[in-house]
Amino acid sequence: MMQEGLDDGPDFLSEEDRGPRAVNVDLQTDATLQVDISDALSERDKVKFTVHTKSTLPNFKQNEFSVVRQHEEFIWLHDSFVESEEYAGYIIPPAPPRPDFDASREKLQKLGEGEGSMTKEEFTKMKQELEAEYLAIFKKTVAMHEVFLCRVAAHPVLRKDLNFHVFLEYNQDLSVRGKNKKEKLEDFFKNVVKSADGVLVAGVKDVDDFFEHEKTFLLEYHNRVKDSSAKSDRMIRSHKSAADDINRIASTLYTLGTQDSTDLCKFFLKVSELFEKTRKIEARVAADEDLKLADLLKYYLRESQAAKDLLYRRGRALVDYENANKALDKARAKNKDVLQAETTQQVCCQKFEKISESAKQELIDFKTRRVAAFRKNLVELAELELKHAKGNLQLLQSCLGVLKGDT
Amino acid sequence: MSGGCGRNPPPFPDDEDQERAELDTQVLDSDEDDEDDEGEDIFTGARSKAITPTSAPDEGDIFSEEGSYVRSDVHHTTNGLHSDEELDLFTEATVELTLTNTTSQGRREIIGPTVSACNTTHVPNSILKPSIVTKTMEELKEEESGDQFELNIAVTNPEKIGDGMNAYMSYKVSTQTTLPMFLNKTFSVRRRFSDFLGLYEKISAKHSLVVGKEFLMLTLVGKEDSSSAEFVEKRRAALERYLQRVVAHPSLLQDPDVREFLERDELPRAVNTQALSGPGLLKMINRVSDAVNKMTIKINESDNWFESKLQEVENEEQLLRRLHAAVDSLVNHRKELCSNTVVFSKSVAMLGSVEENSALSRALSQLAEVEDKMEQLHQQQAFSDFFILAELLADYVRLLGAVRCCFEQRMKVWQRLQEAQSTLQKKREAEAKLLWANKPEKLQQAKDDINEWESKVSQYERDFERVTCTVRKEVLRFEKEKARDFKQHIVKYLESLLHTQHRLVKCWEAFLPEAKAIA
Repeated sequence: MMQEGLDDGPDFLSEEDRGPRAVNVDLQTDATLQVDISDALSERDKVKFTVHTKSTLPNFKQNEFSVVRQHEEFIWLHDSFVESEEYAGYIIPPAPPRPDFDASREKLQKLGEGEGSMTKEEFTKMKQELEAEYLAIFKKTVAMHEVFLCRVAAHPVLRKDLNFHVFLEYNQDLSVRGKNKKEKLEDFFKNVVKSADGVLVAGVKDVDDFFEHEKTFLLEYHNRVKDSSAKSDRMIRSHKSAADDINRIASTLYTLGTQDSTDLCKFFLKVSELFEKTRKIEARVAADEDLKLADLLKYYLRESQAAKDLLYRRGRALVDYENANKALDKARAKNKDVLQAETTQQVCCQKFEKISESAKQELIDFKTRRVAAFRKNLVELAELELKHAKGNLQLLQSCLGVLKGDT
Repeated sequence: MSGGCGRNPPPFPDDEDQERAELDTQVLDSDEDDEDDEGEDIFTGARSKAITPTSAPDEGDIFSEEGSYVRSDVHHTTNGLHSDEELDLFTEATVELTLTNTTSQGRREIIGPTVSACNTTHVPNSILKPSIVTKTMEELKEEESGDQFELNIAVTNPEKIGDGMNAYMSYKVSTQTTLPMFLNKTFSVRRRFSDFLGLYEKISAKHSLVVGKEFLMLTLVGKEDSSSAEFVEKRRAALERYLQRVVAHPSLLQDPDVREFLERDELPRAVNTQALSGPGLLKMINRVSDAVNKMTIKINESDNWFESKLQEVENEEQLLRRLHAAVDSLVNHRKELCSNTVVFSKSVAMLGSVEENSALSRALSQLAEVEDKMEQLHQQQAFSDFFILAELLADYVRLLGAVRCCFEQRMKVWQRLQEAQSTLQKKREAEAKLLWANKPEKLQQAKDDINEWESKVSQYERDFERVTCTVRKEVLRFEKEKARDFKQHIVKYLESLLHTQHRLVKCWEAFLPEAKAIA
């Protein structure tokens, strides 16, 4: 099983190469199937991703090709995995979250409305800030969609899925519409039933220690990650707000500095310049924390949910198997419909064993992936924090040197 | 010795002699005979030898605001309209005071120590002609080894005295000084809030044109939770800044009330301020600091220094308000960041405890610790943001308002002059009418009237010139002080930022190996 990281270290706020950035493959680079998102276009209410595939597999007509896909088509693919019995025994890579530019758009709109109340420089600066933010969100959503595809492509079983190949190759619109109200309602009820069932299933003690342990562990882990993810978001938001304030301070100082040409005004200009620079660094700190910490936690929130789903499916299969056993016993006792009962029992048995086999490996791989991803991101986080703090330090030291030298 | 002969009388109020006798400070009494280097001289000045300046000796209260001193050989010109550019020559951290007389040349230096106590007096250059300025500069350079006087003030040790309804907070006011006008070199007294208010009340009327006496604690009157540590700290810091600003002004430092406040062990309870609680106090303070927003009177000026300066002040006030709002917002967001960080830290610790992989688990708990340390750093930074920057800005917004107040007062004086002039005109017309109507019996009265109003007009003219001069000098002094203040505080703030970043680096450097150790 290949190792994967969440974010491959690229700076989303700078131009980076458009290679398969989301796949952190240590050992084998699989040239047989490489998928990436080579381009993306943001339109008014949707994003169009250009999915680019390179493959030596005979399944495809060409060795290299691209198609354009929208978010709904990714969801369709994900759902097709979830709904398929075939893949019940695997952790289905979590679906990418919907591209959400609402907050950013709202801010841009507010800026437009407030244009009259600020100076031209301030307005231009804030506009640039918001555009950078928009771009950052955009890059993030591209990365999330890419990670999904890469995980599928790296999975020995899922990569062979026919729907996946269609998704990659079929250069027409897949005519996958978003679910309509009725379907969404159906989904809702399905989920309710599923979670109720999940509770029931979870209550059944597992014969296998490994799985029993995993069940407990995953439940708790999932909750904790959920908590940490939410709190990291809040923390980073405050950080961003503080950086915005420094921006305002810098521009007001600049205005003060341009009022006159006294010593004090020159002083203000220098300090304004300093704050401009430190503000940029602070914003980067917040952005990097977002990438390396918040996104990491979010991803493992989703992935631990997918692992829980696997356990649920297995649990469900176990219950079905045990019920089938009971039914068979009853049938034999009554000597009625024995053959049918036997077939059912056999089917259940096979299903359960198949799931169990692959599930065990999947869960072990999940652990390995998780540890590797955390290591990578935590190391990168620490390195970036250090880099930025040192950068800030240098700026402050040199500015203080200049200011003290003057006075 | 006396100070510069051309110097104007010190800013003592009229009944000052009696007051001086009352005060225990023998220093004052002995000064009268003292010819030698006494800091007192700077302030008492032309008591013994005074070359009558061109302005009238009857100084009244307006002229007593004169905070600057000239060299003896300068013929004093009460011309408040002199060039301001010379000021720039003297914008330095240590401000020096030239004091010369016929007997001895000593240079008095009053240096403000580091950041806090800004109590330097200012070079008497605002009314000097250019040539004199150069000479002063040279002399200053020569006398590098002149005496230096210091005055540091700190307000510390808030202590709760008493219980229940009558409980109050008492603060220790410590002074450390080499100024000879004080009894000791270091001394401290305990004062309570109403004492400060009392001081303000006493000096506010006497020094109407001084910027810096303002009691700026609009936000610290009553409303806030007066028992919280933060409130006490805010108040302590504000009281300290208030005193430092007061002693920074040469006229105020001269005021015996100020000295009494600093030195005297037991102050009579400021009875008036008892009545000034809450709304009453606010009204009194607002009267001073919320100056008229629109100056509707237009003065016919020979140069538009006042007009353009007023505009400058108004602009600056606006900008400082905006800046203050931004810094305030920063303080709040940092506080928010603090609480969010601490919450996050706990959450990560929990996650670490669940994690099965032992190295990762350890790393996560280390991360939790790092975040905890970050929270402390953010907390301290927010503290610096507030106390070094935000409070400075808040003070100066109000001080600029006080500057506008001075302008307003000058307007009023001018208005009085205008009115007197028009009355005089009327009286002259009345006389003319009488002459024409040939009513000799009323003529004498008319002539008397005219004489009366003529002298009034000339008096008011002199007043107006004096006020103009004073306000101008005060504004220039204020601007220098403001520049110094801002520079000092901002440098201090940047140093606090530097400190924070240092600590940040240490935190993450400690964490990195832990992260790398995950396997």
